[in-house]
Amino acid sequence: MRKIGKQTIALDNAPYIVETSSIVGPKEAEGPLAKYFDQCLEDEFWGEKTWEKAESKIIKENVNSVVAKSGIPSSNIDYCFAGDLLNQCISSSFGLRETNIPFFGIFGACSTFVEGMSLGSLFIDGGAASNVLCATSSHFCSAEKQFRFPLELGNQRPPSSQWTVTGSGAAILSNTNYGKSCPQITYTTPGKIVDMGVKDANNMGAAMAPAALDTLITHLQDTGRKPSFYDAIITGDLGYIGKDILTELAETKGYNIKNNYNDCGVLIFDKDTQDTHSGGSGCGCIGSVFSGYFYQMLKEHKINRLLLIATGALMNSTSSQQGESIPGIAHAVAIENLE
Amino acid sequence: MDFFQSIDWMQLLRCFVVGGLICIIGQILIDKTKLTSARILVIFVTTGVILGGLGIYQYLIDFAGCGATVPLLGFGANLAKGAIQEVQTSGLLGAFIGGVKASAGGIAAAIFFGYIASLIAKPKIKKQ
Amino acid sequence: MKSIETKQEYLDYVDKKSPNSPILKNCFNAFWVGGLICSIGQIIFDFCAFKGLDQTSCSTVVSIVLIGIAALLTGLNIFNKIGKFAGAGSLVPITGFANSIVSPAIEYKSEGYVMGVGGKMFTVAGPVLVFGISASVIVGIIATFFV
Repeated sequence: MRKIGKQTIALDNAPYIVETSSIVGPKEAEGPLAKYFDQCLEDEFWGEKTWEKAESKIIKENVNSVVAKSGIPSSNIDYCFAGDLLNQCISSSFGLRETNIPFFGIFGACSTFVEGMSLGSLFIDGGAASNVLCATSSHFCSAEKQFRFPLELGNQRPPSSQWTVTGSGAAILSNTNYGKSCPQITYTTPGKIVDMGVKDANNMGAAMAPAALDTLITHLQDTGRKPSFYDAIITGDLGYIGKDILTELAETKGYNIKNNYNDCGVLIFDKDTQDTHSGGSGCGCIGSVFSGYFYQMLKEHKINRLLLIATGALMNSTSSQQGESIPGIAHAVAIENLE
Repeated sequence: MDFFQSIDWMQLLRCFVVGGLICIIGQILIDKTKLTSARILVIFVTTGVILGGLGIYQYLIDFAGCGATVPLLGFGANLAKGAIQEVQTSGLLGAFIGGVKASAGGIAAAIFFGYIASLIAKPKIKKQ
Repeated sequence: MKSIETKQEYLDYVDKKSPNSPILKNCFNAFWVGGLICSIGQIIFDFCAFKGLDQTSCSTVVSIVLIGIAALLTGLNIFNKIGKFAGAGSLVPITGFANSIVSPAIEYKSEGYVMGVGGKMFTVAGPVLVFGISASVIVGIIATFFV
């Protein structure tokens, strides 16, 4: 691997994404992508007593599922990169404490999924690992409880607010394709922290869009590619407002992404019937939409070149109460069918 | 005499309109500012205490009855009214006793019912 | 559209891009739900007066009954639906105060009855009591100069 341009890393032995798995909650199961997910839950507790336990169970079962689907013995998985939204990433560390896989807990808010894939692919390309597991989760109820208000409080959600997805995505990266045709990670562009001064925690899309723009443009400049090189440029999760902002901002910088750009937060829910306002958010959103929908599109060669940009809002409830603005971040990976 | 025949319908209408208008003020605060619901409640209760302390709020209560007492403004006005009344009977000590004494019923009810509800109810997701 | 360079330009642009709340519809819903809650209070008040209670007791009964109903509806997962529809209509009356005490009590039950329910019960409504009671003490102290 080698660094190209300002901050992109070209992966010479591009790691294969050999398997993915996704689990989502009941509301996501009513959305337009329901049929692509591996498992849809019937209730948010999933037999557990607390929201936090339920989220841990979601990521645990999803990791078990991706390992089982891949056929790789879990003892052959060298490292695991996982994270979530709860304080100190307890969903991941509690959920994965019995896996016996060396564990890196990572936090990048909603950008965690791609952060994990970036780090995992570097481990593989650098020869430190043969198989790496990446997983994230989020849960609407545990996130509301931690970041906003109790669920029973009779408040109104502003139109710019986003709905935290209950769900998990997991992927196994490997230095071999095990004889199957698999998409590969060819480039990774870690993002910078960008803060344009947005303070409204109910308008995350607007807070994160400048970071996504920065990473997108840097990636295109570093690789010398045009937006049209990609069959799909996918962010997660800017929602409707952030998607709109990113499209317009990119245009002012001379990049037309209107035709091939979409956002996981926009795709996962039906805005009109599900009343999710600006769309979905959370580590589980891009995680489950990539692992469910886009991985299948890649496998079926309906998409061959995908630029996946995960965006995160790096704030917590204390920083919001102290009147701080919301720093945004975006990490990108280029995923391609090379064979 | 039957209870329903004793209802003063004009009084009820005034109550409905005034109560509704106070809520509209709250709704404008929600939609036009970024204030959280906790801040809005604080604004209402504090304004109520000030208006009650100045003796202005009593006119609204006389006019609209529960239309003025049920919104949190009335809760605030009641705190102020209690403090002032208690000061008249027991001096400075009354400033510390009167407010809470006058609204003790509401506060105790909220705490008690809150505790009971937590024993019985289970957290549930909002469907939308 | 011209390129955005400064934070202020971006914030102005975001303001323009973000949809506004449907304020007229929200105000209408807040008006009639809020008015209705007050009217229910008035009927309870009149009933107590009809039964011969004095004014102060009537007001207290109104508060307790409305708080009780709000607590019940919160526990049944109905109040948040009313709140979503009516906004300030259910928030500003005493029902909103009750809801803001009962909802964290239920939510934090998972952290135990002492530090969960007991400790977190006032996370939303605590400021109301702090500012309301403090202000009433100040009013009382000022009142001592006029007695």
